[in-house]
Amino acid sequence: MIQRLLAGGLIAGFAAGLFAALLHFAFIQELILLGEEYETGALVHFGGTGEAAEAAGHDHAEGEPAHDDGAAAEEGETSAATRNALTVLFTGLIYASYGLILVAGFALAEHFGRRVEARDGIFWGLAGFAALMLAPAMGLAPELPGSVAAELGARQAWWLGTVVATAGGLALLAFGRGFVPALIGGALLAGPHLIGAPHPEGFFGVAPPEVAGEYSARVLGVGFFAWAALGWLAARLWTRDA
Amino acid sequence: MNATTHSAAKTSTGLLSIVFVALIGATMLFVAGHAQSATLHDAAHDMRHATGFPCH
Repeated sequence: MIQRLLAGGLIAGFAAGLFAALLHFAFIQELILLGEEYETGALVHFGGTGEAAEAAGHDHAEGEPAHDDGAAAEEGETSAATRNALTVLFTGLIYASYGLILVAGFALAEHFGRRVEARDGIFWGLAGFAALMLAPAMGLAPELPGSVAAELGARQAWWLGTVVATAGGLALLAFGRGFVPALIGGALLAGPHLIGAPHPEGFFGVAPPEVAGEYSARVLGVGFFAWAALGWLAARLWTRDA
Repeated sequence: MNATTHSAAKTSTGLLSIVFVALIGATMLFVAGHAQSATLHDAAHDMRHATGFPCH
């Protein structure tokens, strides 16, 4: 039992994570790097070719030696490779964790007499996407570097509460019998948004809203397809082993 | 009697396995997605931004 859960969840999760990493480099990474250029002041929103960019980007004390450009470029390449390798690794890890939670859900459903068929996988995957990415993103949009947000602890608490409530709400709607579970499920889905996500007092992000908007849409799009792949694969492995 | 005991034991092992696997998943999720040690944060930074986790 436990080997089947662990193997299925980890294999499907890492595979979906590699797919997600591929999509990450196709759609997301370039916007992260662009956002960071605004965050560090190398680019300035509204700045055009203005002097603010110069001032922020080259904030050296007088008399500080100039960069050794060759060494800096080499170091930049190495750290970009390391950075991207870590992104692949952690994307694999996070989807492996999603995979384990998903197959634990399969097993729980079967424990209560609801068989999970291969064709159900895509629905499970999309429900996972809704619970872990879409619902939290409705309150806390995926953050482009250079955006501002409220205090981290409060955001993490709201994020976690929203994930648990959305997953529970969807499960009640899918598996509950009768009116009362559906009502509770609906309340669980709505609750976090009625409470509202923590937001900063004012908005003073330095990254352009056009980039931030595209960024959020791409993050959700990549998550959608990666979760669909995760659910599809996890359910196929699950039913093959049964 | 025997059969009942056996099936109850099997059921509880099943539930325990499920909870155990879910906990491993949740722990991995927390470490990769939420833990704030500087090293972990830097290593997981791009993934956190790209998966909609609150990052910093």
